[in-house]
Amino acid sequence: MSVRSRNGGAVVCGRRAMLQGTALGLVVAALFHFPSEGVSEAADREYAYRPVFFSDDEWQTLNSFVDRLIPADVEGPGALEAHVPEFIDRQMNTPYGHGSEWYLRPPLMKTSAALGYQFLFTPRDIYKQGLPALHSAIMQRYGKPFHQLDAGERDRIIGQMEKGSLTLSPVPSKLLFGQILKNCKEGYFADPIHGGNYEMGAWKMIGFPGARADFTDWVDRYGARYPLSPVSVGVHGVQGGV
Amino acid sequence: MVSRNEKHTDVVIVGFGWVGAIMARELTQAGLNVVALERGPRRDTWPEGAYPSSIDELTHNTRHALFLQPSQSTVTVRHRDSDVAAPYRQLAAFLPGTGVGGAGLHWSGCHWRISPVELRLRSHYEERYGKDFIPQDMTIQDWGVSYEELEPHFAFAESVFGTSGQAYKVNGKIVGDGNPFDADRSTPFPLPAMKNTYSAELYSKAAAECGYHPFRIPSANASQAYTNPYGCQMGACTFCGFCSGYACYNYSKASPNVNILPALERESRFELRVECDVLKVETDSSGKKATGVIYRTSKGEEVRQTADIVILASFAYNNPYLLLLSGIGQPYDPKTGEGTVGRNFVYQNESGVTLFFGQDKFTNPFIGAGGNGVAIDDFNADNFDHGPLGFVGGAPIWVNQAGSKPISSATVPKGTPQWGAHWKKAVKDSFQHTISIHAHGTNMAFRDCYLSLDPTYSDTAGRPLLRITFNWHDNDVKMIRYVTDRMADIGRAMKPESMSVETKEFGEEFDLRHYQTTHIAGGAIMGTSPKDSVVNRYLQHWDVSNLFVIGSSAFPQGIGYNPTGIVAALAYWSAKAIRERYLKSPGPMVQA
Repeated sequence: MSVRSRNGGAVVCGRRAMLQGTALGLVVAALFHFPSEGVSEAADREYAYRPVFFSDDEWQTLNSFVDRLIPADVEGPGALEAHVPEFIDRQMNTPYGHGSEWYLRPPLMKTSAALGYQFLFTPRDIYKQGLPALHSAIMQRYGKPFHQLDAGERDRIIGQMEKGSLTLSPVPSKLLFGQILKNCKEGYFADPIHGGNYEMGAWKMIGFPGARADFTDWVDRYGARYPLSPVSVGVHGVQGGV
Repeated sequence: MVSRNEKHTDVVIVGFGWVGAIMARELTQAGLNVVALERGPRRDTWPEGAYPSSIDELTHNTRHALFLQPSQSTVTVRHRDSDVAAPYRQLAAFLPGTGVGGAGLHWSGCHWRISPVELRLRSHYEERYGKDFIPQDMTIQDWGVSYEELEPHFAFAESVFGTSGQAYKVNGKIVGDGNPFDADRSTPFPLPAMKNTYSAELYSKAAAECGYHPFRIPSANASQAYTNPYGCQMGACTFCGFCSGYACYNYSKASPNVNILPALERESRFELRVECDVLKVETDSSGKKATGVIYRTSKGEEVRQTADIVILASFAYNNPYLLLLSGIGQPYDPKTGEGTVGRNFVYQNESGVTLFFGQDKFTNPFIGAGGNGVAIDDFNADNFDHGPLGFVGGAPIWVNQAGSKPISSATVPKGTPQWGAHWKKAVKDSFQHTISIHAHGTNMAFRDCYLSLDPTYSDTAGRPLLRITFNWHDNDVKMIRYVTDRMADIGRAMKPESMSVETKEFGEEFDLRHYQTTHIAGGAIMGTSPKDSVVNRYLQHWDVSNLFVIGSSAFPQGIGYNPTGIVAALAYWSAKAIRERYLKSPGPMVQA
């Protein structure tokens, strides 16, 4: 059974909303308590993840950002229910987070956008320099932090970042947006061993069977729905996060 | 600074992918001592392919576990000579391999031969359409080898790879519903064709309704258990959907690691050294004889390995790269058209159509195998009249359901937002109900598309990066737009609820931000004259006769099919020439 909101996505993580802005909330902003009605048993547990890489302010911004990229609704879990922020935090402490894959030698050239990424930032740099800049820009414009804006306001800002029309420095808003969106979708759809896709909720929503990896008996059952629920590469199907 | 010399050997091979493995096997069989140097780590079915950790999209496909990371070495790219090139900093458009097995460990498994016409492309077009048909700046040429000469090597490579497929014509006799455009074969496929997925079945019916000739793609994913002529064993493919970007957990996908290495490991004349990054090929004072190579170990030590024969068997553009770094041959100059090293760099020219069906029709795109599917060749090679169309080249069009994974393939209809509730709903509604069709087209060689050394950027070993100067030309845009229209007709005949079409626009720049394919070729091309090619018809260097340069680097221009099949056949062809001719009388096998 997938993790679903009972309120059509209006308030899924009630406890989190309550904690926001309190001293406790700043420390454990991701201490969620899922409402017991209409959610699976496993999800109805206290979920506490303390970020290792992100500061409390960055963590709040990131949580309220991915909450809009993949919102909770009747279709399936949102990014927060899928523990996407935990996934991103954990990724920042892998070689990937440190930029070990990318060629990051200077100089930078002014080139056609079609030539791809032309910055010297690692993924950690993009977040560490991008999120505080976003925070300042929002404080300046609205007098309150990003996570206290309502959903419509956050969507507008995210839309401006997608187009690059919000000015941020040194990490351009389009780059920050792209990095968060990419990592958000990764965390939503990756195997749960990496900390996101809690209880394979995203896989259940779309009908991806995960690591089943044997369809010899199904390849020519033309047009029929595959009947088995997904499995993770981790032990017992769920690892990490709890 | 070279800190030590290794003991002299008969043959040194640079790179241990398909070509390295084939040459090592063939030349140890001829009684030669062979040392293979591989830049990357040792890799095999265990542990890289071990289930279930191999079935993890994030680690393998998204974080590129098996690929050469740009931080280690990369290329720079620019669209034209007047631009400044910038580094390919993040893997996206193409994914070069590294490690034992090379890209052969994590390829898909589409295992083709070639249309005989493509091997003599310039002559054929001139004969059929006249000399003026080929644009002046299009530098296509003949390969110097014929299909008939390569046929036994295609056949043997298929027996080594355990290729599944249905032949059309064997020894002049029609034997089944294979590809009617195929050239004659001396043998049927070693294994029967794989089962069709639902998507391939629907495509096959629709293509036939449109009057085309669908056939099953030859696949190096085994349809049954198999033992190859080297005694290496394969298991039947389970359609797990994790081929491209992954090592196969089932021993079902042909790879150098599964299909050749077990035999080589029993061979006392063979030595494989990993994490040995070759920096240059050395020549004697005459410049006409290669004396060996210098490589850097993972500890940073520089080592000299001398050898009687040097074979470059590295990934596509790394063969010409090594020639440029070693100062062997004349670098190509696009202004004068002189020089050959780096000339005729080509890519693959693709487009696609995605069909979206209703919620009651489950296409199960997560089921798949990399080489599985149905194709038509009606618009490939010169199987259709190009006269009124005014372009050179073509494309096979196929449904090749390789297995959709959600991070890379959460396909949504064109125009859907990238995020938010609408995106989420679209992913949910689409994932189990889509079919993708692709045109895998040719890219012709042009005077201004080439490889050279970058003047600005270097890698961790201090080498200048290789610079790619490349852009699309009108010929190729014309071709892919024409083929895409035919593909869309077949798509409509499959009666989807909606359809998204991705094609190329005139003037569109080569875009590195999205994965296209790793089918890169040219730069050290084969041919009939040292004036316009680096190696002769036996893949032997024109000037340095004990140097062989083998791989897709030898393609004079792009081909319609995936490259691995002809790369393997060229390796066996070259090995035969070395064994039967070169060893008896070392020196040039073709007089310039």
